[in-house]
Amino acid sequence: MPTLYTLRVNGTARSVRTQPDTPLLYVLRNDLKLNGAKFGCGQAQCGACSVLIDGVEQRSCVYPVSAAGKRDITTIEGLGTAQRPSALQRAFIHEQACQCGYCSSGMIMAAQALLVRNSKPSEAEVKQALEGHLCRCGAHNRIVRAVLRASKEQPS
Amino acid sequence: MTAALQNLSRRTLLKAGTGLVVGIAFAPALAPAQGTEAPPHLPGSLNSNRLLSAWLRVNPNGTVTVFTGKVEFGQGIASALAQVAADELDVGYQRINMVTADTSRTPDEGITAGSQSIEQSGTAIRFACAEARQILLVAAAAQLGVQAGDLTVADGTIAAPGGKQTTYWAVTTDAMLLGEATAKRKLKTAGEYKLIGQSLARRDIPAKFTGGVAYLQDLRLPGMVHARIGRPPLPRAELLSLDAAALKAMPGVIEVVRDGSFVAVVCEREEQAINARLALRELAVWSRPELPPTLADTFEHPDAELQAQDSVVYEKTALGAAVAVRQIEARYTRAFQLHASIGPSCAVAHSGDGKLTVWTHSQGVFALRSDIARAFGVPPASVICIHMEGAGCYGHNGADDAAFDAALLARAIPGRPVRVQWMRDDEFMWEPFGSAMSVKVSANLNAEGNIIDWRHELWSYPHARRPGGREGVNLLAASQLADPLQPAFPADIPQPNGGSDRNSIPLYDFPNQKILKHYLPDAPLRTSSLRSLGAYANVFAIESLMDEAAAAAGADPVEFRLRQLRDERARTVIEAAARNGGWRPGALGDGGRGTGSTFRGRGIGFARYKNHACYCAVVAEVEVDRISGIVRVTRAWSAVDPGLAINPDGIVNQIEGGLIQSASWTLKEALKVDRSGIQTKSWLDYPILRFSEVPTVEVEVIQRPTEDSLGVGEGAQGPTAAAIANAFAAATGRRLRDIPFTPERVRAVLAAF
Repeated sequence: MPTLYTLRVNGTARSVRTQPDTPLLYVLRNDLKLNGAKFGCGQAQCGACSVLIDGVEQRSCVYPVSAAGKRDITTIEGLGTAQRPSALQRAFIHEQACQCGYCSSGMIMAAQALLVRNSKPSEAEVKQALEGHLCRCGAHNRIVRAVLRASKEQPS
Repeated sequence: MTAALQNLSRRTLLKAGTGLVVGIAFAPALAPAQGTEAPPHLPGSLNSNRLLSAWLRVNPNGTVTVFTGKVEFGQGIASALAQVAADELDVGYQRINMVTADTSRTPDEGITAGSQSIEQSGTAIRFACAEARQILLVAAAAQLGVQAGDLTVADGTIAAPGGKQTTYWAVTTDAMLLGEATAKRKLKTAGEYKLIGQSLARRDIPAKFTGGVAYLQDLRLPGMVHARIGRPPLPRAELLSLDAAALKAMPGVIEVVRDGSFVAVVCEREEQAINARLALRELAVWSRPELPPTLADTFEHPDAELQAQDSVVYEKTALGAAVAVRQIEARYTRAFQLHASIGPSCAVAHSGDGKLTVWTHSQGVFALRSDIARAFGVPPASVICIHMEGAGCYGHNGADDAAFDAALLARAIPGRPVRVQWMRDDEFMWEPFGSAMSVKVSANLNAEGNIIDWRHELWSYPHARRPGGREGVNLLAASQLADPLQPAFPADIPQPNGGSDRNSIPLYDFPNQKILKHYLPDAPLRTSSLRSLGAYANVFAIESLMDEAAAAAGADPVEFRLRQLRDERARTVIEAAARNGGWRPGALGDGGRGTGSTFRGRGIGFARYKNHACYCAVVAEVEVDRISGIVRVTRAWSAVDPGLAINPDGIVNQIEGGLIQSASWTLKEALKVDRSGIQTKSWLDYPILRFSEVPTVEVEVIQRPTEDSLGVGEGAQGPTAAAIANAFAAATGRRLRDIPFTPERVRAVLAAF
């Protein structure tokens, strides 16, 4: 049965009516018209759909909307805008850290979660945090540099 | 020989380029009236799109709209083209608005492929902008009462001696650029560039990092519905039966569209379409034709098993009966490999008011339009194909096929935009694959240890099956329809670009050479263009055998290459990569000696892409775990000569990314396929390089501002594979000749000690 859910997304309450088992990804993209989380595999294997739920990285392609409940959902739209990017987004822009960029939102969300729990990660820790994310264009080194740049810019 | 070959190549290339574009769509203004002379040849894509207004519009509001038929897919082409336009016009970068591939708005520049966009589109835009600048200056001169030659321009403001001023924006008129280009205005030269050669930040990037509308996947049209396709379990399977009524009863299902063996579900919501597709899989009954063996099953004896078209690609006999003292021969192979884009293919189509509009991430919107129009029996003008970025492309992936799926569904449900999203297994199983290849190379060395005879023999399936040919419909679903439309015969791309034989002619100065091709058009699997086409396997083979020959001659691999290579630019990139990679002759690796758990080594690979695009050399450092057989590329250095560099960081990004992707292909990637079908269905079946496995990469761009720009997008693919193979040999004293270099294969060659 379609059910009414009130989700907290990027600090705002948003209502949607859908089946309980609908993956959060489709609610974010189609009902809330948020572009950041991407469909990549639908099997939690690539990380293109990653968002933060209560600050923890989750794969929204397999995360049922009913599990989101009253938790805080953060998507890349909650970090900053093209006009006012967050420090992390600025670092990614500075490093020109992509080619196609399709995997970037998920990478940035994983990096955001890392920097919150560890503001000064080592290069190895950055790579470990992103190990479950796939990039096909070969922008890995730029992505790692961007995360390290952001960590240097933020207060410890 | 090298210079002569290159000159010939350039002329033939220009001819081939023209033929390709004309073959896709005639620009009416182009067709010469009977008895009149053909129009003069114009540079780049200007030749097939001759009106200035096709390339740019100078707007009264202080902006310039530049049109390109090339597509952006993260390679940064739209930004680079804006740089060249701004420089030729003398306006700020921010004033340039780019419009990319749209059959209703932009020039037809064929396919965005082969690392040719800067050469083709960049050249056209530069000449068109230089000419537009002059037209604007002549108009300004008349207004100001001065000579055009006395005017100067800064960011679109035109100044005359004595202080009088006007602007492009004040003098521009709609009629001004309606004429044909002449390409007679001199382009800016090296000393005059302001933006060309600068690493400006790409324009597409901020939206990508902030959740902006950046991809076709982000397109949401009013009333849009969601579709999923019920693809067969294996190629050539036919849909025997389907309980469409049961599907139709599912929540949200608007329509079950079936035409022959093409079947799709169209739903109100996306997750409903995903669920309906799962149900469709259960309900559909398919035939199960057995897949015949492929080249990958018979690498050692392809001639006995497969029907090949044999031809001589190139032959040279500059040296008579010379005495060879040593012969080296080896066979190298490469598995079927995948584009494996992170985002599966997607398309949106809308049918209404006698028009069909398709939003696509195809590399060739005009070519796609041509095949859709042919499939539907409608005039091409009634089909509009608009490019929007998808996830990384890397060649002919599922984009065109998804676009045709959407077109079929939009035709079945007119009035509502239909969004088709392939699922992950659709992409893995149904994208066109990169062909498996087998390459046998042999070399005869003389007493001085130089190669006097070179023979290269290759076996390959097609690398070119894109839409846009003169006949046939090269779109996946076409052959599944109740009234099937057959694809065109997959002809190989001729030299000088080459398809299966791309980069099969070595750039080295071997006096005698023979290149033979055994082309296999009848492929059990659909193969087409994957980044660099045959060049990846051919360069892997050539550059591996070069190292094997160097070893036989007792020579250092770098010195061995340089002494047989006269092309100065080629020598320069090899020397630069070796220098940057800390090359030490005689100390390249462990050579399988020592008692540690790992072997280390360095190797080099080189090619000039297509023998007429960028020069690229790669040095790779590898570590081989002798117990597990795992090969890691730890560091890599590349030197690239792109001629005139428009955006050096863009070039670094392409080479760095290409190198990492090629390392992934070389170490890990192979399509899983057996008699019962394609077994690669998820990322678990097709691992690619992850963060912990990616080498650090340093790229040196050797800029040559007075030379023509050369395409770089695919330049690193072949050299990287060879550098890794050669580094493995330096590390272990053993050689891997079959890609990918899996731990099983590594353990097997190490066990042969």
